[in-house]
This record gives sequence, C-alpha cells and structure tokens, in this order.
Amino acid sequence: MSDKTIHALYTDDDVLLGAVKQVREKHYHIEEVFTPFPVHGLEKAMGIADTRLAINAFLYGIIGLTVATVMMNYIMIQDWPQNIGGKPSFSYLENMPAFVPIMFELTVFFAAHLMVITFYLRSRLWPFKSAENPDVRTTDDHFLMEIDATGKDIEEMTKFLHDTGAVEIKIIDKDAH
Amino acid sequence: MYKVSSKLKIFAFVLIGLGGALLTIGGFLSAPASEDAVREMLANDAAHGDDHGAAADTHQVASHDDVHGDVHASDGHGDAHASDHESEHIEHLYHQLSNKPWSALYVACFFFFMIALGCTAFYAIQKVAQAGWSPGLFRVMEGISSYLFIGGILMFVLLLATGLGANHIFTWMNPGIAEVGHENYDALVAGKTGFLNVPFWLIRAGAFLVGWNLYRWNIRKFSLKQDEEPDGNVWYKKGFKHSAMFLVFFIVTESIMSWDWIMSFDPHWFSTLFGWYVFASMFVSGITVIALVTIYLKSRGHLEFINDSHIHDLAKFMFGISIFWTYLWFSQFMLIWYSNIPEEVTYFITRIEDYNILFFGMVAINFLFPLLILMNSDFKRVNWFVVTAGIFILLGHYLDIYVMVMPATVGESWFIGMPEIGSFMLFAGIFLLVIFNTISKAPLLAKGDPFIGESKHFHY
Repeated sequence: MSDKTIHALYTDDDVLLGAVKQVREKHYHIEEVFTPFPVHGLEKAMGIADTRLAINAFLYGIIGLTVATVMMNYIMIQDWPQNIGGKPSFSYLENMPAFVPIMFELTVFFAAHLMVITFYLRSRLWPFKSAENPDVRTTDDHFLMEIDATGKDIEEMTKFLHDTGAVEIKIIDKDAH
Repeated sequence: MYKVSSKLKIFAFVLIGLGGALLTIGGFLSAPASEDAVREMLANDAAHGDDHGAAADTHQVASHDDVHGDVHASDGHGDAHASDHESEHIEHLYHQLSNKPWSALYVACFFFFMIALGCTAFYAIQKVAQAGWSPGLFRVMEGISSYLFIGGILMFVLLLATGLGANHIFTWMNPGIAEVGHENYDALVAGKTGFLNVPFWLIRAGAFLVGWNLYRWNIRKFSLKQDEEPDGNVWYKKGFKHSAMFLVFFIVTESIMSWDWIMSFDPHWFSTLFGWYVFASMFVSGITVIALVTIYLKSRGHLEFINDSHIHDLAKFMFGISIFWTYLWFSQFMLIWYSNIPEEVTYFITRIEDYNILFFGMVAINFLFPLLILMNSDFKRVNWFVVTAGIFILLGHYLDIYVMVMPATVGESWFIGMPEIGSFMLFAGIFLLVIFNTISKAPLLAKGDPFIGESKHFHY
C-alpha cells in the first residue's frame, strides 16, 4: 500500500480555520498548512507548540553583553591602561559609564542577528534553496491543507473535507514524488 | 458599583494617624530647636562614642585641617579660626537637621502628587491615541487622577508655607541672597532671580495646578456624561479635544514644574533633560499604581471585564517606561560624568559620596527588577509578579525623588527614619482614601465609551 496525502484547498482564512478545527476533531493528521499570509490563531488551532526564539534571543543578548565586557576590560583596563583625557582606567567599574553604549549595542546586535540566523536555520531558509510550494496559488489567494491519508478511507475523507468548505481536493501519491 | 471596604478605610486612617504621629514626633519635635541644641547633641554623641558623633568629629577635624590648618595654623591664628569654623559647621548641621522633617514631607507629598499627575497624563494619552484596550480601565485611572485635587492643594500649601519662610529647604529663598554685600549674597542665584523669585514661583505653581485640575475635572465630567448620553459621542469628542490640548499644556508645564519644584533645590546646577527625567519617573509610577489598583479591584471581583491581557499590557508599559526612565537617568549621568565640568558634576559627586547605596541602589531597583521580572511574556500575566515588580518600582521611584531632593536640603545628614517613613505613610493614607472614594462614586465600567466593546474583548 502506498503512502497517500490529500491536498485540500480553501479560498478563505476563516473557512480554513474552521476546517483545521474540524479535521483535528476527526483525528486526521495535518502535515502542513500553506497560506499566503499569517492567519491569526492558526498555530493555536493546529496545536503547534510556542516558539522558543525569544528565549534564544535573551541568551544571545547575554552572550553579547559578555563579549562587550570582556573585550573592553581586556583592551582598556588590562592590556594597555592609558590615561585618555583623564578617564579612570584603573578598573572596569570606574570607567564603566563610557563603556555602556558599546555594551548596549553589542547586546542588541548579538540578540538580533543571532536570533535571525537561528530563525533561518530552524525554518531552513537560505539563498538558492528550492521552494517547497505544493501549489503556486498558495502564495497568492489560496490556502492549502496537507493531510496524511495513509491507511484511511479516501472516499470518506474527501467527502468530509468537501463539507468543511474545501474548493478543491487532490489526492497525491507520495511515492510519485 | 464599588464600595470602599471598611478594612481599607481603617487601614488608610491608621496610615494617616501613625504616619502623622511619626512625622511629628520623630521629625518636627525632635529636630533641634537651635544651634545650641546641635552643639549639645554633638557633645552627647561624642561622649557616648556614637557612630554619628564620631563621623561628625572626624568631619570637623578633617575640614579644619584641609581648609584652614595649612594656611593659617602657622600664623598663630589657628585657634581662632578653628572655633570660627566649628560654629560654621554647627550652623550648617543645624540647617540640615531642621530641614529634615520638611524635606521628608516634601518628598512624600510630591511623590504621591506625581503619581496622580502621571496617571492623568497616561489617561489623556489613551484618549488621544483612541486606544482600544484601555477604556475598561478609565474609571480606575479617573479614580487615581482624582488625587490631583487634594494632592495639588497639599502641594500648594507646602509650597506656600515654604515661600512664606516656614522652612529653609530652598536655598535660593534665603533672605539677602540677591543683595550685593549681604552675607548671604550669591551672585549665581542673584542672576536667576528673574525666574527664581517666590511670587513668580508661586504663581507658576498655582497656574499649573489650576490647569491640570481643570482638565481632570472636565474629563471626568465628560466621561460620566458620555455614559448617560452615548448617542453621537458628543462628550467623547469633547474629551478627545480636551485631552489633546491638555497634553500640549502638560508637557510644557511639567517641564517647568520639574525645574521649579525639584531642580531649584540645587540652584547652582541645571540639566536640560531634567523635565523628561522627572516625567519618566511620574509616568511609570502612575502606570504602576493603575496596575496595582486594577489587580486589587479585580481580586475583589469588581472588574470582571478586565482579563489578563489588560494586565499584560499594563505590565508592558511598566517594563518599557522603566527602561525609558533608566535611559534618561543614564543619559543625564553619563553626559555629566564624561565631561566632568566642575559646575555640573558636583550634583553627582555629592550623591555618589553621601548617598552611594541609595543612589546606585535606586537605579538597580528601577532598572534591573522590572527588566528581569517583567521581560517574560507569561510573567506579565501573573498577578503576583506584576505586584512584586510594581512595589519595587514604586519604592525605587520614591528613592529617586528622595535622592533628587535630599542632598540639597539635608546633605550628608540623611537617614530614612521616622520622619521619612511617617510622611510616606501619611500621604499614602490620604492617597488611598481619596482614590478609592472616587472609584466608589461611579460605575467601574465606562459603558458609554465608543471603544468599550473592543476593550471588553481585548485579547493579546
């Protein structure tokens, strides 16, 4: 028996949201949903876990702050503590106000850039990556729900999906890809 | 309708009574009556080997050596100058100690007044921005801003008493300060008397208070009228226009108020971003009190239309404005520290030397606590987290005002004791009575507001 997936296409985000809820109630497994724009509440309806990107960003910020502190402590205090315009370079704390702008900027720099790179890695986005779009219309005005149909009654599923408001239903043979 | 619980009333009255007693007994009655009393006190302290006495003694000896010892002692005039200097020191200490209860009163009076003013500004901004989330909190904000009237009167009475010479907390009011040849003559202050003179100062204070209270009185009236006749949003539109005009008036007057009421404690010093700095302090305190009162009322079951998303939004404001305050504090500090110009930097030198723990501790409380407690989105929905952060923010901003005022009035003789705690309790009691009394006067849901439906369903 070959693996099968069903592509159900919708033209309205509200209908899509309703359909996602019904499909989950039926205990069909949604593999993926493709939308042209962010649909509010979709990840909640699909039951996707919250992102941990913010936690990452916080940790990256701490790393940035550490880098700034260690760098300036080494350069300005340890390595060559010159008297520059009478600034007290005896200890890091004494000269800290002068370092704060850099500490702040590096914290933000690390938090922002490393978080973005994390996002790219986690969502597998890079230049020259071939698009994984099952239907070009999903970038314009159609919403596509991909449901695992392996071992299910295709006939019944198609009818059910049609009732949820799908405008087009396609059965895809996974082996064909 | 909300009814003030008798427990809350009793609590407020106890605060007023106890606070008033502490302030009177520990502050006004124990302040030295004359310079002789200070002399006696110092002698007693030295005899008991008290810390303070010892500190005062070393201070005396050290300054004697530094200033006069080297120059005059060898001439044989050392003794005469030493006793001269001692009486100068005693006079100095006497002024500081007699300023203490008055400054404590002033700091607490201003602190609670600024909460009401900050809350009023927040309210006006919500109106003008047509915020969809906050109309459910309008009655709470109106309640808190109602302290603007009583607090304004108290503030003005205190300013009036000060202007009429009941105390000497403002050095620029010293008699003869602008008279050439007078022993109090101060050329720097004399040059500023065009602005810093008591009548003009009181007129400005009066005008600002009338302006702020006028707005607050109108907007409350409009808000209640809008409930009665919501058709056409006539009163809502009036309120919108008044709020927009108030915000223009507010930002100008608040700035001048901060020069008049706070910065002029150090009449030799000036800072251009001072008005913003004081504004950030009052704004974050005002928002924090809104959050605390909202959580209190909700916990008593009076704000069923307020959900944790509203609390989340308030906590976001507390978080953001705390960081804004820190930004201004640091900008002011760092610019002056960096250039280190003598006429500006003395302001921070006295604070770092005499108020070290308070000065930097206050920054830590006002920055690190909100930053770490309120950064997490989930924590901002948890009431006790918001309350904890709120208490730290309020404490921190009381200390902020304290560190702005005290170094100029009591100098190194500061202590957070009976008069400070007493006057804080006194005004806290009045504040609680006034705001909860006003909140009990009108339904807690401003049902006529055109955005109230959106606010009820607000979800973040």
